Amino acid sequence: MSVVSKTPQPIRPYGDRRDDGRIQLSFTLPVPASDKAREAARRYVEKLGVSNPVIATMQPAGHDFSFFVVYGATSVVIDFADIEVPEIKTPTWSVKEINTLIKERLKRRLVIVGACTGSDAHTVGIDAILNMKGYAGDKGLEAYPWIDAHNLGAQVDNVVLISKSRELSADAILVSQIITQRDVHIENSRQLVDLMRRQGLRDTLLLLGGPRIDNKLARELGFDAGFGPGTKPSQVAAYVVQELLHRRGEPVPSSLSPIPGGDGGH
Amino acid sequence: MQPLPIDDRIVQRCRELAAAVAGSVHRFIDAHTTVSIERTVLRCYGVDGVDDQGVPLVNRCVDRYRQAGTLEYGIAFFLGWTLSRRPGTTPQEAAEEMAYGDPPGLLASDVASFAAQFEVADAALREPTRKALAAIDAARAQRLSTWRRLGLGSTHSAPNADCNIVRAFDGPPLKYVIVATGNIYDDADQARAAAQVGADIIAVIRSTAQSLIDYVPYGATTEGYGGTWATQENFRIVRAALDDEQERLGRYLQQVNYSSGLCMPEIAYLAAIERLDMLLNDAMYGILFRDINPRRTLCDQHFSRRIIGRAGIVINTGEDNYLTTADAVESAHTVLASQFINEAFAYRAGLRAEQMGLGHAFEIDKALPDSFLLEIAQAQLVRQIFPRHPIKWMPATKHKSGDIFWSHRVDGLFDLVGVATDQSIELLGMMTESIHTPFLQDRYAAITGADYVFSACRSLSSELQFRPDGRVVARAQKVLQDACDLLDVVASEGLFSAIARGIFADVKRPETGGRGLEGVIARHAQYRNPILQELTECASL
Repeated sequence: MSVVSKTPQPIRPYGDRRDDGRIQLSFTLPVPASDKAREAARRYVEKLGVSNPVIATMQPAGHDFSFFVVYGATSVVIDFADIEVPEIKTPTWSVKEINTLIKERLKRRLVIVGACTGSDAHTVGIDAILNMKGYAGDKGLEAYPWIDAHNLGAQVDNVVLISKSRELSADAILVSQIITQRDVHIENSRQLVDLMRRQGLRDTLLLLGGPRIDNKLARELGFDAGFGPGTKPSQVAAYVVQELLHRRGEPVPSSLSPIPGGDGGH
Repeated sequence: MQPLPIDDRIVQRCRELAAAVAGSVHRFIDAHTTVSIERTVLRCYGVDGVDDQGVPLVNRCVDRYRQAGTLEYGIAFFLGWTLSRRPGTTPQEAAEEMAYGDPPGLLASDVASFAAQFEVADAALREPTRKALAAIDAARAQRLSTWRRLGLGSTHSAPNADCNIVRAFDGPPLKYVIVATGNIYDDADQARAAAQVGADIIAVIRSTAQSLIDYVPYGATTEGYGGTWATQENFRIVRAALDDEQERLGRYLQQVNYSSGLCMPEIAYLAAIERLDMLLNDAMYGILFRDINPRRTLCDQHFSRRIIGRAGIVINTGEDNYLTTADAVESAHTVLASQFINEAFAYRAGLRAEQMGLGHAFEIDKALPDSFLLEIAQAQLVRQIFPRHPIKWMPATKHKSGDIFWSHRVDGLFDLVGVATDQSIELLGMMTESIHTPFLQDRYAAITGADYVFSACRSLSSELQFRPDGRVVARAQKVLQDACDLLDVVASEGLFSAIARGIFADVKRPETGGRGLEGVIARHAQYRNPILQELTECASL
């Protein structure tokens, strides 16, 4: 992504007209709704750097709380040309293509181990990727004849995940983190990366997924890639196959199409 | 809505099959006990407290007798025996001796001397057993009198004099919201705020790992993940906040927690005496979604429901969860089949229909054309098959998005199905479902949105009828027939085998797999459990 010189591309929020900088905010203040509370909300938004705030509504969200919807304008400009985000380049291969690539080019079944780690008991994410059923009509990795998928389920300790992955000679480890209260997902993920480094296991592909995960965050934590909400099993499989081909120095078939690591929509 | 034309004979057949399923499991349940059942017995007698490592006294006692190999007689026997040795001893003092002292019944060589003690122990427990049940009855009476005085729900519906289950009689679904801050004091504040804007029922979500720990934590807690620890003190803190708030608002407020996981019956007891109104309690949820051993869960659910029956608590079953793993269209009949099974187990534990908040959910893929019609079909079908049951209608969780505006609209349609099909309890959907535990303002937006739909569609259900040859009717009839066929299979192969094959929620759980099997113990012919005996005899009157 290194470009010698870039044409600046300044942008700001688009409300009704280009560059009007209009944004909306909603928040709650821990005081009863009153004229004084409304003024507090207005000043608060001004302090955020938003000019001409309009309090669209103030509602009593309980006797001791007031809920606000506020519109205002911001003069903050960002240079879009100056932003670099490591996008996950995932080939758009069909399930059949992925299996054929594994069979013909990698020449052995891939082992993929997945778990929801720490105290997190929500298996919905890891199940969507690994279980036969899959997600949004896209079959899970268990359904791939050339992938040996192991779903360790929820509340798996990082140490257990690593020892199980070693025992199964995993090519890739998928970690799902759903609960994000007080950033428990970040702490837990970082601990896993540290443990893997200490055990010299950095050759295994390490992928992170969850509703609050994106590729940037995952890379910062030391994972190879991160997948946000809306990710389909075939995208994960294609990414793993692509990376393994890269590592072997093998050419990767064309039809590459980048997908954002962030929100995949509904 | 005008009734769907469904064949009552199929419904009847479903009930018979579900009763047979429960009946065959009961041969196992009635011959076994579990460590959590035995700990509950001690709690009923007033045994409380933890040691300096946070281990509850009831765990210390029960574990000691389990290791000695004599728990098959029932912990009550040893408690009674210990009490009889020194008149005037309290159950708490006796339990301390049983945990740390030199109590009877710990040596295999003692067994020969047990026979002489059975009647002595029974006699020593007669008065404590009476007191234990009186405590449950007193808590129930207090709830009932407050409800009769204040009424429940937005219409403040007044109860009939003979009704002894707290519930609403008319009006839109009761509005149920969740608080989940991890800090019980924040939970109490948010519970009050939600009630002030119209919530009728407050559930405090548990910390994520709690269902898998084999003891009940102690005291007030301020740190938890994805929820707040369920402890007796935390129950009291929220109840006290609601007691105060309901007087100001002039309508009764209900508190909910979770009688599920490895401590299912213990939580049922703590909830019963701390005046909780509802408990998440499902015969199979722990097996399927928390990988708790099937034998353990099925034994535990029975004893927990015996207590719940006596306490007049409303259960909420967890069929909504099936649709988070299985597909809501393909697996709709498994939800209905499971509701019949949950109902059959609940009847066997002495619950009345008015206590059975069978659960189901708005989880059909929103991308599917006419998904709304399929939701209507299922919701109306469940309403009709279980007419006296306080049916619990659950929101979309799987097909939600970080686009809160879109998600808020999904919740609007969910509210519409809820009111149009006369659901009893509605867990309100949150626009931030797939983002974080609800903000105070998310709950506000959900409640005001639901109020609008409920008010706008107040009489909708009595105005609509279904085309006999239309899609809704066809769908409902198919789901019912499929549920009946599935129950037929489950009844012939047995519930344990059906669960092991993955019939429910696409999850396979073998009979001897999962957590907690080591805590299941075959009862001795002389097994003692005066609490269970009393609950069973009174329920069958």
